[in-house]
Amino acid sequence: MKWTRRHVLDTDDWSREEIEAVLDQTRAMVEILSRPIRRAPPLRGRTVILFFAEASTRTRVSFELAAKALSADVVNITVTGSSLEKGESLLDTVRTLQALGGDVVVMRHSSSGAPYFVAQRTESAVINAGDGWHAHPTQGLLDAYTLRDALGELGGKRVVIVGDILHSRVARSDINTLVPLGARVTLSGPPTLVPAAWRCGQLPSGVTYEPELDRALDGADAVIALRLQRERQESGLLPSLREYSRVWGLSLERVGRMRPGAPVMHPGPMNEGIEIDAAVAHGSRSLIETQVTNGVAVRMALLYLLAASVPLEERA
Amino acid sequence: MSFDRRAFEAKGYLVVPGFVDLHTHLREPGFEDSETIETGRMAALRGGFTTICAMPNTEPAIDSPGLLKELISRGHGVKGARVLFVAAITRGRKGRELADMVELADAGAVAFSDDGSPVEDARLFRSALEYARASGRPIIEHAQDLALSAKGVMHEGSVSARLGLPGMPAAAEEAAVARDLALAKLAGARLHVTHLSTAGSVELVRRAKADGASVTCDVTPHHLAMTDEWVAGSRTFAWETEDRAPHGVPYDSSTKVNPPLRTRADVRALWAGLEDRTVDAIATDHAPHASVKKDVEFDQAAFGISGLETALALVLGGVRVGWASLETVVDAFTTGPARALGIDRPNGDWVVIDRDAEWMPRADELASKGKNTPLIGRMVIGRVVATVVAGEVRYQGGMRAAEAISRS
Repeated sequence: MKWTRRHVLDTDDWSREEIEAVLDQTRAMVEILSRPIRRAPPLRGRTVILFFAEASTRTRVSFELAAKALSADVVNITVTGSSLEKGESLLDTVRTLQALGGDVVVMRHSSSGAPYFVAQRTESAVINAGDGWHAHPTQGLLDAYTLRDALGELGGKRVVIVGDILHSRVARSDINTLVPLGARVTLSGPPTLVPAAWRCGQLPSGVTYEPELDRALDGADAVIALRLQRERQESGLLPSLREYSRVWGLSLERVGRMRPGAPVMHPGPMNEGIEIDAAVAHGSRSLIETQVTNGVAVRMALLYLLAASVPLEERA
Repeated sequence: MSFDRRAFEAKGYLVVPGFVDLHTHLREPGFEDSETIETGRMAALRGGFTTICAMPNTEPAIDSPGLLKELISRGHGVKGARVLFVAAITRGRKGRELADMVELADAGAVAFSDDGSPVEDARLFRSALEYARASGRPIIEHAQDLALSAKGVMHEGSVSARLGLPGMPAAAEEAAVARDLALAKLAGARLHVTHLSTAGSVELVRRAKADGASVTCDVTPHHLAMTDEWVAGSRTFAWETEDRAPHGVPYDSSTKVNPPLRTRADVRALWAGLEDRTVDAIATDHAPHASVKKDVEFDQAAFGISGLETALALVLGGVRVGWASLETVVDAFTTGPARALGIDRPNGDWVVIDRDAEWMPRADELASKGKNTPLIGRMVIGRVVATVVAGEVRYQGGMRAAEAISRS
């Protein structure tokens, strides 16, 4: 299929074909990353601006490696604290970005929807690297890639996502990526951390809610545990982290309820001992490190599709 | 030049009494980059409003007789709509101690409200209602349980779940309406709950009225026309089918308003409330903002829609599909709000309406300084072509050629 998108803001309106095109492209990037010299020329002469307005090391480094592996020039703009506190508005930053003239802006921001704001006001291609609670498209795609690699076709497979669904851009993007590929998603977590509308039956298609984790895991094909922010307890959404861990944490015994060998994933960084036991995180089912590796390849695939100046095949 | 009503009617225009807006933000003093009394009064005329009630959320708040008198005198000589002032309930709208309500009423306040900062302390609110009763003025209450709505920026429901935005549940409004109704009953005061947005709120008022309570309420044109899907980029009016209408961009801060745009079921309930006269008035909650307050991330943006100039077109949309009769909505724009205030509707105020005029609101053509409306670039039907205040034609525009009244 012909790639027509200018931005990657959310995958909620992507077709199955578009998602598969990215996953197929990712496979080619995994091959490049396995070479002794991990570098290809397609983004030669292109500038990728990494605009991170919220603390992140993993995702930023992953994008940086991806851009460099494709021979792009990389510029970092790091803004900490909210724009208002700092006195510089997002609009000011956008004007700067526009003047800098990057071909691609990769952005992370604490406000849901901020990438739409930027995409409307700049000529650069915008890739959302995580906005508020809304979306983290590259995480959704890398999770889909990782799961497809482990399970084969996702049609009919059932994936459990457990934890703080309400505040999770990862959960939303996983749903938006896995469901079009044919997977069914079961959400599990405390009632206060799952959107009320989703608990009351107004769920996205392909998604169900099962508050009891053991039941959700019975016969499942994979599980994705989400990071639990400690401040959820202080804000009155959780009685205690200890209780959370006992009821919704992934233990070896729990993950044994899934199909034999069914994988365990986590977007990181993990709170070991809270949402996931160390024995699970580092056990034989864990694909958590594979996710990190695949993350670079997925980001390469998107950068390539949005901004390649020369074909991938030409050898560096 | 005198106004000849029959000449307009003969040409096919609809002529009705001048509209009264119970809820307008004029931003002066303090936020003159968003609106001034003068620009707000001109915007009102373009929307067919001949009388508007200015809310006291200004800086400083309208909480002293001196400031109130000063603002009343500023309006003299401006050929816009008439302005009445609503004074603050509490000093600085801080919800801690009552403003001098008797003196404010004597100085000309038509009602009392802390508007966007509802009085959280129920005992203090009771005192305010007792004072309002003694002064013969209503309390206009923005009903919202602030602890429950918390940091919400839109309606809590399936759309907020999808967009990953913190929501304000319908119960945050309904719990406050229920409390306010109980306190108004206790005090025997006149309570006006403004900009009701949920089906549950309308039902609470319906029951209170059936019990004989002295309560009135209003709804806004935007809550009658738009749903929470507008935050996700929809530009489909509640009475339209989805595939016909244009799509906007998600997270457009012009759709951020408090109370938030709700669901289609809520919209239908507001219309039902209008039709059975549970809802007394349509009020704009005209909330103009300078672009610096809106051209930011959705969650950082100020709440509010600039509404005076598009109110009529939105409401006529629902009339066109039969959700309420023309008579009902004209009443809700005119005698309904006058009754809620306990004032007589001024004589000689008229609006000339072209019900079929299609037009597209444009930022540079709005008289208001607030260009913050999701209707920019969106076709609407129905337009005010002339507004008459006290027998004087103060606005005309958009009339079919050769029909304009000569200004000689």
